[in-house]
Amino acid sequence: MNIPSDLKYTKSHEWIRVEGNVGTAGITDFAQQELGDIVFVEAPAQGSAVAAGAPMGSVESVKAVSEINAPASGTVSAVNADLTDHPELLNADPYGKGWILKITFANTGELSGLMDAAAYAAYVAESAH
Amino acid sequence: MDNLKQTPLNAEHRALGAKMVDFGGWDMPVQYTSIIDEHVAVRTRCGMFDVSHMGEIWVEGPQALDLVQFLSSNDASKLALHQIQYSGLLTPQGCFVDDMLVHKDADDRYLLVVNASNTDKDFAWILSQAKGFDAKATNASPVTAQIALQGPKSLEILQPFVTGLDLAPIKYYWYGYGTVLGERCLIARTGYTGEDGFEVYLSPQSAPALWRALLEAGKPHGLVPAGLGARDTLRLEACMALYGNDIDDTTTVLDADLGWILKLGKPGPFNGRSVLEKQKAEGTARKLVAFELTERGIPRHGFECFAGGQKVGMVTSGTQAPFLKKPLGMAYLPVSLSEAGTAFEVDIRGKKVAAKVVPKPHYKRSK
Repeated sequence: MNIPSDLKYTKSHEWIRVEGNVGTAGITDFAQQELGDIVFVEAPAQGSAVAAGAPMGSVESVKAVSEINAPASGTVSAVNADLTDHPELLNADPYGKGWILKITFANTGELSGLMDAAAYAAYVAESAH
Repeated sequence: MDNLKQTPLNAEHRALGAKMVDFGGWDMPVQYTSIIDEHVAVRTRCGMFDVSHMGEIWVEGPQALDLVQFLSSNDASKLALHQIQYSGLLTPQGCFVDDMLVHKDADDRYLLVVNASNTDKDFAWILSQAKGFDAKATNASPVTAQIALQGPKSLEILQPFVTGLDLAPIKYYWYGYGTVLGERCLIARTGYTGEDGFEVYLSPQSAPALWRALLEAGKPHGLVPAGLGARDTLRLEACMALYGNDIDDTTTVLDADLGWILKLGKPGPFNGRSVLEKQKAEGTARKLVAFELTERGIPRHGFECFAGGQKVGMVTSGTQAPFLKKPLGMAYLPVSLSEAGTAFEVDIRGKKVAAKVVPKPHYKRSK
């Protein structure tokens, strides 16, 4: 399982790449494997506000629906339009072409509450049992 | 994991890395690699399913036919030797105890194949109804494994393993007996995918060897093992009902739009006859329809349907169809809204999404 070292992670299996006051977010490799074939992604509209830990959209596989939670509070500054026609990018490249949205942070201080790669790897190993 | 029942192929699924789930008390593979890939393999090549969890109940004796007729909606007297029919195992209210396949094995012997999680309930029901009939019912499920090969390459892959039975002349919903790995097996041209294929009934002891042999021999033909996830999406594209989703003991045969398996003209009494005769004469209030979404979204079991701002029905099955590549499903709607082309809405987590009724089935294979 792929857990890049330069990202931050949530307990609900989202990742965020922090670059200054903007973060790019998606779901982790573990999440896409658990869900299976992803066929639908519903992300919040550009310009909408999201709150850390609160649902901001959903990802659906053939079998199931899974909510996605905002890894940080702020304003949605971009949404990955490719996912409308190619939701399978979340399976194929969850940390790259499968990014879901960008958030302009309201408060970069709350990012310290997220897990780093080592902590997330331990968390996944634990929840797998 | 506790107390889940296992089929004789459980170790095979685990060795293949399948994702296992609790399916009605059975530890079953939901997928091996990908539901979409497994689904498409069945439509275009071949998929192999472990369906050993299904229930097999034999009804035998001088009045075996009379008992089957009393229990079921279809007319089993029309069956020729080794012919199969889809039927309803009915409550006295004309609803479903289960749906099943009835196989005529002899004038005095029938095989009923029922849903896995209903087997014990069905068998108890049949025993309770058999009093007064000179016929006995036997639950052979624990000693019967079942492997289904589904898809256009099924015949080509299976035939080399079968001696004493030419599979090609067997028509859809007929069966025969042949020898497979030294064992006499019932081989039926049936399935739950809307595709051509065969279901092989064999002993639990022989099942792993046949599973492995077919997996190996099928590889050059593109055979893949397929799980219950693909089985569900395949049957939904083909508009085959799923007990517990689309039909249950509160839906009548006519509500379910299964009038073709209701033979009111057959002689004698049967469970549900008077209710169904009345319903047939007066018409049903609701009907199980096929539908597609005309906006983005995915319908799921239990979502409510709306028309003119009123709640009018419920989605019974729904998915993003892997082969047809669109969001579709089945739903109960009032008969007045059941015509193909009728627009309605599905409530997807609080959002009303446009849908329309379409003709059944969603998918029909080219012959």
